Amino acid sequence: PSHHNTEYFLSLQQRIEIHKLRQGDNLILGFSIGGGIDQDPTQNPFSEDKTDKGIYVTRVTEGGPAEVAGLQIGDKIMQVNGWDMTMVTHDQARKRLTKRNEEVVRLLVTRQSLQKAVQQSMMS
Amino acid sequence: MSAAMDTESTYSGYSHYSGHSKKAHRQGRDRHKSPRSKDGSRSEKSVTIQTPPAEPLLGNDASQAEEGQDDNWGETTTAITGTSEHSISQEDIARISKDLEDSVGLDCKRYLGLTVAAVLGLLVFLTPIAFILLPQILWRDDLEPCGTVCEGLFISVAFKLLILLIGTWALFFRQPKADLPRVFVFRALLLVLIFLFVFSYWLFYGVRILDSKDTNYQGIVQYAVSLVDALLFIHYLAIVLLELRQLQPMFTVKVVRSTDGESRYYSLGHLSIQRAALVVLENYYRDFTVYNPALLTASKSRAAKHMAGLKVYNVDGPGNNASGQSRAMIAAAARRRDSSHNELYYEEADHERRVKKRRARLVVAVEEAFTHIKRLQAEEQQKAPGEMMDPREAAQAIFPSMARALQKYLRTTRQQQYHSMESILQHLSFCITNNMTPKAFLERYLNPGPTLQYDRDRWFSKQWTLVSEEAVTSGLQDGIVFVLKCLDFSLVVNVKKIPFIKLSEEFIDPKSHKFVLRLQSETSV
Repeated sequence: PSHHNTEYFLSLQQRIEIHKLRQGDNLILGFSIGGGIDQDPTQNPFSEDKTDKGIYVTRVTEGGPAEVAGLQIGDKIMQVNGWDMTMVTHDQARKRLTKRNEEVVRLLVTRQSLQKAVQQSMMS
Repeated sequence: MSAAMDTESTYSGYSHYSGHSKKAHRQGRDRHKSPRSKDGSRSEKSVTIQTPPAEPLLGNDASQAEEGQDDNWGETTTAITGTSEHSISQEDIARISKDLEDSVGLDCKRYLGLTVAAVLGLLVFLTPIAFILLPQILWRDDLEPCGTVCEGLFISVAFKLLILLIGTWALFFRQPKADLPRVFVFRALLLVLIFLFVFSYWLFYGVRILDSKDTNYQGIVQYAVSLVDALLFIHYLAIVLLELRQLQPMFTVKVVRSTDGESRYYSLGHLSIQRAALVVLENYYRDFTVYNPALLTASKSRAAKHMAGLKVYNVDGPGNNASGQSRAMIAAAARRRDSSHNELYYEEADHERRVKKRRARLVVAVEEAFTHIKRLQAEEQQKAPGEMMDPREAAQAIFPSMARALQKYLRTTRQQQYHSMESILQHLSFCITNNMTPKAFLERYLNPGPTLQYDRDRWFSKQWTLVSEEAVTSGLQDGIVFVLKCLDFSLVVNVKKIPFIKLSEEFIDPKSHKFVLRLQSETSV
């Protein structure tokens, strides 16, 4: 487990592999992202720390590739195919996810429910 | 035996006229009677009341009722209480007797001060002229001739004296607006200063010029001019002390009326307490709503009920534990579960509802009444000479249709004593003449206005007494409290100093106003 922004949080990460779905001319992943270093972090409903400018999953389409792969709403995306996503602009994040020549994206995400589960198990 | 009355005075002059107005409408006559006249001939039962000065109070009543009275009228006359139309309560007696006392004259004090000041002023005014003229009269032949310089000085003395005359009149001798209890300190000081000053000038003049018969006339004239210059400077000092010093606001004054808590704030400069009281009173007549004793009856009856709640009986013999008793009473009263707050709430809600309903009826009635009148233009006036009326007649024509609604509204809001039928008719014709809408006509009746709006007889507040712990000629200070009492209520005045304000400056470059968008995009991938 690596350390997150503050030393109080455990960060547990999960690797998720999404296979893109072809819809016409586009390859879609089936979720929406919000956040970025050029965005306003205080309006992010999913972040615990309101100065966190990372990329968060704001919506997951039902039955889409992301849901199938296990991505959940509120997840913070830390890496995409090895590229760091914690200090990127919104548009850069979008570009990294929608590269035309990639059919599979491997995401490293962190999730608060994971943290809470670990904390509870640590306390009990 | 004559008896003073304790019944509540009901000057319901208006209600007395409601019947008359209906008759007038039917018979087409109108009666212009002032309901305020204490005309003994209209009341069937007249009452004579004996007050300490031992003179009949209702003078004109007594003269009409006393035909055939003998010296024993005090024993043989019967007084009828409570049933006559014009009953007078204890407060009215006190008020009327006080009016009689005070009008006779504490004016002599004021006139004394005025005459002293006028005499002094005249002396001071004539002094430079005397300085210039005396050498001419007494040793004219010995004087050195003095050409254009002296003539210039004569002209300047003349004009300066004229300015002094007008200025002194403007500052000191104009008609005073009010009668204050103590003399003005600054004015007295200035008079003393001027007196000493002129006295010393006369002293020097007498010794140096009259005794030695100085022949340098130009020097004498210049001496007179210097006196006039110095007087002008003293006048300037007087302006600053008496007028300018009070203009800059230094104190904020809170005025609260004791009967209903209505309060206002005013800003004052450096004034003495009596002058501050004067300012407060001048503003009182304009800003405070008129004092209406009929509005206080509800709280008085509540207070009476609270007091009548518990009675304490001393069972164990003559005990002198009075304070313990009263404390026990208060504690018991507090513990008792009474629902007077409930009563108050529902009563007030009910009253408000009733007032609103009557107000709605009144507004509709007045609007309808106003539609019956149309103003004739100049051309139309020649064409249709039939039923032309002047404003008064027009007012009388439409008044009956709104009279009842108006009377009921005034009764509900307990204002009926402030508006007589005559005053309403006058106001109505005034509004018609000036093309006012029904709402403008009603503005005077829907809200209680300041005291100045009403007839002087209904003011309840003409004689004021200043009650103060500090001397009334001392200046205002922070924390001073004084009370202005009149017969029925008092105004409590609390003085607070305006705080010292520290103002600092911050410069903002107009180019430094820069903004950035708060973005919050969501992209689907």
